Order: sequence, then structure tokens, then C-alpha cells
Amino acid sequence: MRLKITTYKCLVFLLLGGIIGSLLTACSGGSSETRVEEGDRLGVLHIGNAAEPAALDPHVTTGVSESHILQALFEGLVIKNPQTLEVEPAVAASWEVSDDARTYTFHLRDNARWSNGDVVTAEDFRWSWERALSPALGSQYNYMFFSIVNAQAFANGETADFNEVGVKALDTHTLQVTLREPTPYFLQLLDHHSTFPVHRATVESFGSPSDRLSQWARAGNLVGNGAFTLTEWQTNSHIRVEKSPAYWDAATTKLNAIVFYPIDNQTTEERMFRDGQLHHTYDVPLDKVPVYLAEEPDLIEVEPYLGTYFYSINMTKPPLDDVRVRRALVLSIDRALLVETVTQGIYQPGYSVVPPDTMGYQPPKLFDYDPDEARRLLAEAGYPDGQGFPAFSILYNTLEQHQKIAVAIQQMWRQELGINVELVNQEWQVYLDSQNTMNYDVVRRGWIGDYVDPNNFLDLFITDGGNNHTGFSNARYDEIILNAAPAALNRDERYALYQEAENLLMADMPVIPLYVYQSKHLKRPSLKGMPANIMDFYSWKHVYLEPQVDAEAQ
Amino acid sequence: MWRFIALRTLQAIPVILAVITITFFLVRMAPGGPFSSEKAVSEQVQAALEARYRLDQPLLQQYLSYLGDIAQGDFGPTFRYPGRNVEEMIFQGLPITAELGLYALLIATVFGVLTGVIASLRPNTVQDYVPMSFAMIGICMPSFLLGPLLVLVFGIWLQWLPVSGWGSLPGDKILPSITLGAMYAAYIARLSRSGMLEVLSQDYMRTARAKGLPAHIVILKHGLRGGLLPVVSFLGPAFAGLLSGSFVVETIFQIPGLGRFYVQAAFNRDYTMILGTTVFLSVLIVLFNLLSDIVAAWLNPRLRHQYNANGNNSK
Repeated sequence: MRLKITTYKCLVFLLLGGIIGSLLTACSGGSSETRVEEGDRLGVLHIGNAAEPAALDPHVTTGVSESHILQALFEGLVIKNPQTLEVEPAVAASWEVSDDARTYTFHLRDNARWSNGDVVTAEDFRWSWERALSPALGSQYNYMFFSIVNAQAFANGETADFNEVGVKALDTHTLQVTLREPTPYFLQLLDHHSTFPVHRATVESFGSPSDRLSQWARAGNLVGNGAFTLTEWQTNSHIRVEKSPAYWDAATTKLNAIVFYPIDNQTTEERMFRDGQLHHTYDVPLDKVPVYLAEEPDLIEVEPYLGTYFYSINMTKPPLDDVRVRRALVLSIDRALLVETVTQGIYQPGYSVVPPDTMGYQPPKLFDYDPDEARRLLAEAGYPDGQGFPAFSILYNTLEQHQKIAVAIQQMWRQELGINVELVNQEWQVYLDSQNTMNYDVVRRGWIGDYVDPNNFLDLFITDGGNNHTGFSNARYDEIILNAAPAALNRDERYALYQEAENLLMADMPVIPLYVYQSKHLKRPSLKGMPANIMDFYSWKHVYLEPQVDAEAQ
Repeated sequence: MWRFIALRTLQAIPVILAVITITFFLVRMAPGGPFSSEKAVSEQVQAALEARYRLDQPLLQQYLSYLGDIAQGDFGPTFRYPGRNVEEMIFQGLPITAELGLYALLIATVFGVLTGVIASLRPNTVQDYVPMSFAMIGICMPSFLLGPLLVLVFGIWLQWLPVSGWGSLPGDKILPSITLGAMYAAYIARLSRSGMLEVLSQDYMRTARAKGLPAHIVILKHGLRGGLLPVVSFLGPAFAGLLSGSFVVETIFQIPGLGRFYVQAAFNRDYTMILGTTVFLSVLIVLFNLLSDIVAAWLNPRLRHQYNANGNNSK
């Protein structure tokens, strides 16, 4: 009997050993060339790209991660220089601007081709823009066209005749656009994906052009005019684009393919980078940044980004309707300390809604950390040392980093002003709902620029603007943003107006600027031609891979 | 037996109908919506979007037309991914999640049953305490801790296995399967230990041993058949649970499975996607429960007899 049990035990251990053994054999294949090394050899870039793209129809998508892929598949009239962000010719080889700065005449290059070989024409643009503006499509970015004569009326269904809109195809290669106001940043909009052309015959062959659920933009169907074509799209796995031989500037394109990986977990992405699966990450977990900066500074890139992090104040709710209270809240926050401790010194302290150095624009610094003045203002408003200050709360969407910041600010207000603020976190959609219905006291917000111009940040706060959410309203401010600045004839004049607007805004303080974002990426040394810029914009045709032979030899 | 299956299938219909109804109205009660975003859109755009998805119709009418569609197998278009349908997304993720679940269940069963049986042979000795302590750790250790730990050791320090992916690099299926299987292995270990303990003390076991049968035959043939009954009835729901509960593992290992859609859909307020995945998974759960009942009946003659007796009574 005893002996029998031992044989049985032996059997068990044999089985266990077999399983472990087979596990180890399965692993032995893993130690060969990594995906990055293989990519370097084949000219294939492997890049992390945040989330599964909602769609690849340029007139339907709204996300940043989608825009990276769309920049590879399509091309607008112009393209940004990846170093300076100034516009350069793309499908349009050249253009003229009329003396009143209201009429743009674009001359399209005659060798611009769709990926199926068709010629890219001025009519393609006219038709695409009609589609992008058509009310039935419901493009969330249709306002990008609203500087064009009658574009807004057409999008809102006030006129059904696109001939009334200021877009004309004069001949096969000439496109004329008429604007309501000079709009100095108009060219900047023309490399945004919402203004990209789409291939009419392809779109029409998949049903109504204004149906956002159309399947024309899927792998196998999509016809684009960019440097790359879509070859593979596996949901939540990867998207592969390959060099397009039909592209007019194919001689410049250096990569053979790009593989985009939708990775929504930053920690997973960082591990994949370390494992040699990615050349470039979309982001870096905040707590890993100091480690990389200290130990592997060659692999990390932290650069200014066109976005600000701020709190909005509900100006309609007492006691926050008193400007002295709002000022006290703003002045009692030590931004330098906040950035240094909570964000590990990565972001820059922010003193305005517009990030500094936005296309040469420098926002004025209208306040500074001044706890004494803050206490004085609060006492003047009737709350000496915070006595009798009513309960209020900071609302943020559930995310650890927002919580850390809110806790720090809660502490600063308690210490400097003697007031207690409650912290409330809500799930993203609930938070958006509270914000839209102004059901909050102080709310966390962030804003990322769609195009490089102060207007993109300052027009948030026009009276009853869809993104205002503060109750701020100032007639002169509205006049500057809606009429005076768009009509300004040069950059200096316009920037002076924006400075005035910022003075008006910060006199009322509906917002508490906190910090300016920075983009953070992990990057393999072999990856070249992807310079950092505040838009985090990549000109894919200029990107190339240079295997690090020397580094290994050393 | 057939009667039993038919009866259970009929019973499933009101269950699934209730799932659809509750889910449909519950997601509509949640604040926010599929089109709300940080950037405001104009009223016209909002109206166009709602019209495209029939959200402009009265809620009851939407509910009825959804029922009509789903009866025809049409789960509708997703809100979050224009141009793709819910059923397409489900059937894309399902094989991957099912494969992952299958490996995890295989690992869980092999290790769980082995540990449980070994522990049950000598209860309250070291041979019992050591494996059962591991099982306890397995139950307590969440996969969001175990996964990254395994990745750290085998992926980053030892560099034996890839840290993520599914079927794109050699060996990338091993770590996620172990991570997902670990917790279930622990459950199965405890279930099979208690099941075996109960059976081992039965009279027929003593009879088998008294006949002079070798110990391994007694344990493997007579013991396991009865002792594993609790495990079998656990496996069906467990597999359905693996399909719907693999979200964490899929996120850690970057696996394009069903679990990620399921959870993301709720965050995105993707109404059709929430409904589609919930309905689909509830059908699966009902199905697997039925399957494990049938297997349990096949393994346990007493239960089988009971089913047949019930069938006769209702005639």
C-alpha cells in the first residue's frame, strides 16, 4: 500500500515536470531578434498609439491617436514643417492670397495622386469639403471651416446650396477659397484631418457619402492620397500602413511601413518598449519619467506641448461669484511647488490659459504666488482667516493624477487661507455632464490645441460658448475674439489684441491656471527624423530608421 | 434527459429578456451619453448624430425596435466605432478570449485538481497545508498584481517570454494564460480537496480498497469520479466568467479580446455595444450552466435519476 502511493506520487511529479519542461521549451525561441531590431532592418516603424481608433474617416474622427494615422494615409493642401510648424506646400504646390487677405487661390500639383492612381483634383477638395460640412454627416470638427464664407450656414442647414459657400474649383488644379475675415491662421487649419480630401468614387460606392457609418474607410476599401496606404487593421491589435508608390513625393518617403499599436495602458506600453517591441511610445507613466531621465536619458524625450491644465470656477455660485474670493484662490497656490512635488518636476508652472510660445505668442503673466495678498482679499470679502467660508468642492474625473493635484491644492488652501474644500471625483461621462450643466464649484479641466494659435484657447471663454462652463461674460472680450482679432491684418496687431483679452479674462479670474503640459515619449536611438514640436506632430515621410551598428560595436 | 434540456432552454428565454430590458434602461439612466465629449458640439451636429442612431425617437420605441433587431441577430452599429457593427466586434474578440479562457481553464484544472487531490490524501499534514496555502495566496492575489509580477520576472529580468501580445511573438500566450488561470486553479484546488475528502470517507471507497484494488485505481477511478463533481459544476460558470472577466489580463498583456470591449463600452456609453456584449455573455452563461448540469448528471447517477424522475412526474 505505501509503495503504491509513492508510485502515484512519482506519476504526479512526472506530470508536473512535463508541464514545466514544455513551458521552458516554448520559451527558448524568444531570445532571437527583437521586433525593433527586425523593424530597423526592414524599415518598419513600430509605434504605440494610445487607443483603438474610432474610425479612419477623416471627417468622422476626433481623436489625437486617429489623427496620427490619418496623417500617414491622407494629405491636405498644406503640411506643417515638423521643426517650425509653419505651413509648407503639400497637395497645393503654391497659393496666392488677395490683398484684403480674404481670398486664397491654391494651385494643386499635377502629379498628386490617390493611392489607386487617380489624379487629386480641385474638385476632389470641393466635394470633400461639401461632405465634411453636410449636416447629415454631423462632423464634430465642422467648425474648422467656419471662417469660409457661408460654411456655417451650410453646416447648420440654413442653406442647402453649396455653391453659396466660398469654395470653388476653378479648374482641375485650381481651388479658390473665400473667407469672411482675414483669419491669419487659416492655412494652419488646412493640414488638420477634418480638411483632408476623400476619394469620391470610393466613398460613393459604399452608400450615402453623408453616412458616418459607411464602411469605405476600412482596410481593403480605403483609398487615400497620403504617403502610406492602409494594408491591415486588426481591432485592438494593430494597424499597418505601407509606403504608397502612387504618392507624389514617394521619393522622400523613407520607411517601408508603420505599425500602429493601440495600447490604452501606459504601463503596458512602457513594458513593451523595454521588451524591444516598440520604437516609440505614445506616453510615459509619470512615475517612470524621473527614472528614465536619471538612468536612460537617451531613451526619453520630454518636450513642451500645446496644452494647459487648469481649474474652472463656477462664477454663478456664491461665494465664488465674488472676484476677491476667486483671486484669493488663484494667488494662494504655489505652482512651482505643485509642479515640483506632485508632477515630479515634469510640467511647467502655468499662469495663463494659452501655453507660452504658441506660434511666437507670449501670454502675459498677470499674477504670481502671493499668499499674503490672497489672505487680505479673502478677509476683504468677509472671510478673515477663512472663517465662515461656505463648504465647496473640487470636481475631477477619476484618475490618480488628478486626485494628487487636487489633494495638494486642498492642502494649500487650508494652509494659506484656512478654508476647507471637499474633493469629489466622478467617472468621465458623469464628470462631463456635471461640467456641461455647471453643476460644480471648481472643476479640473485641460485643453489641447487643435491648431497653433492663441485663438484656439481664448475662444473657450466667449459668452455662452459651448466650452465656457464658467459663467464668464465680457462684451469687449467677445468683440476681440469674434471680430477684432480675425480682422487684424498682421500678427503683431492680433497678438496685442489677444494680450488685451487675457487681461480681461484674468481680471475676472474664471479659471485657475495650474501648469503647461509636456509631451513624454520613449524613443529608440535608431529612430530619426521625428523632431519634437509642441503639436506632437509627425511628418511620416521624413521619418527614418538608422540601425545603431556603432553603439553595439563599442 | 431531452425533456430536461428543453425545459432549461425555455427557462432561459425570460432570463435573457430580463437581461436585455434591465440593461437597456439602466444604461440610458447613466449620466452622459455616447456623443458627449470635452469639446462642445453645435446643436445641429448633436441632432444629426442622435438621428443617425435613432436616439431622437421615444425611448419605448427604441426599445421595441432594438428587440426586433436582436431577434433577427442584428446587434446594431457601435456608437464608438462608426463603420463597425457590434456582432463583428464580438466575433472578432470572441475566438481570442475563448482561446485564452481555454488555456487558463486547462492550466487551472490540471494544477487545481492535482493540488487538491494531493492535499486531500493526507488532510491536516504538511502535504495538505503547503499546497492549500498556495491556493489561498492564489485566491487572494489579484491578476493585476500577478500579471505584472510574472512579466517582470519572466519578461524583463529573465527575458524568456514576451511581455505582451497574442499570437504575434513566440510564447506570448503563456504568461496571460497562467495569470488568468491562477485564481481559478486556486478555487479548483479547494473544491477538489473538499470534494475528495467527502468521497474518500464513503463506504464504497472502503469496499474498493477492501477488494484489494491498487491505491491509484481507487483514487483515480472511484475517488475522482465523485470527488470532482463540485469542480465540474464550477467549470461551466467559470468558463463563462473567464470570457467576461478577462478584461484585466487583456489590458495588461495587450490582447485584442472581448473583455476589453465589454468594459470600454460602459465607459464610452456605447449603448449598442454594452447591450450586445451583455446579451451575448448572458446567453453564454446560461449555455455553460446548462452544459455543466448535463455533465454533472452524466457523472452522478443519483442526479440523473432525479432528472428522469422529474420528467416522469410532469407527464
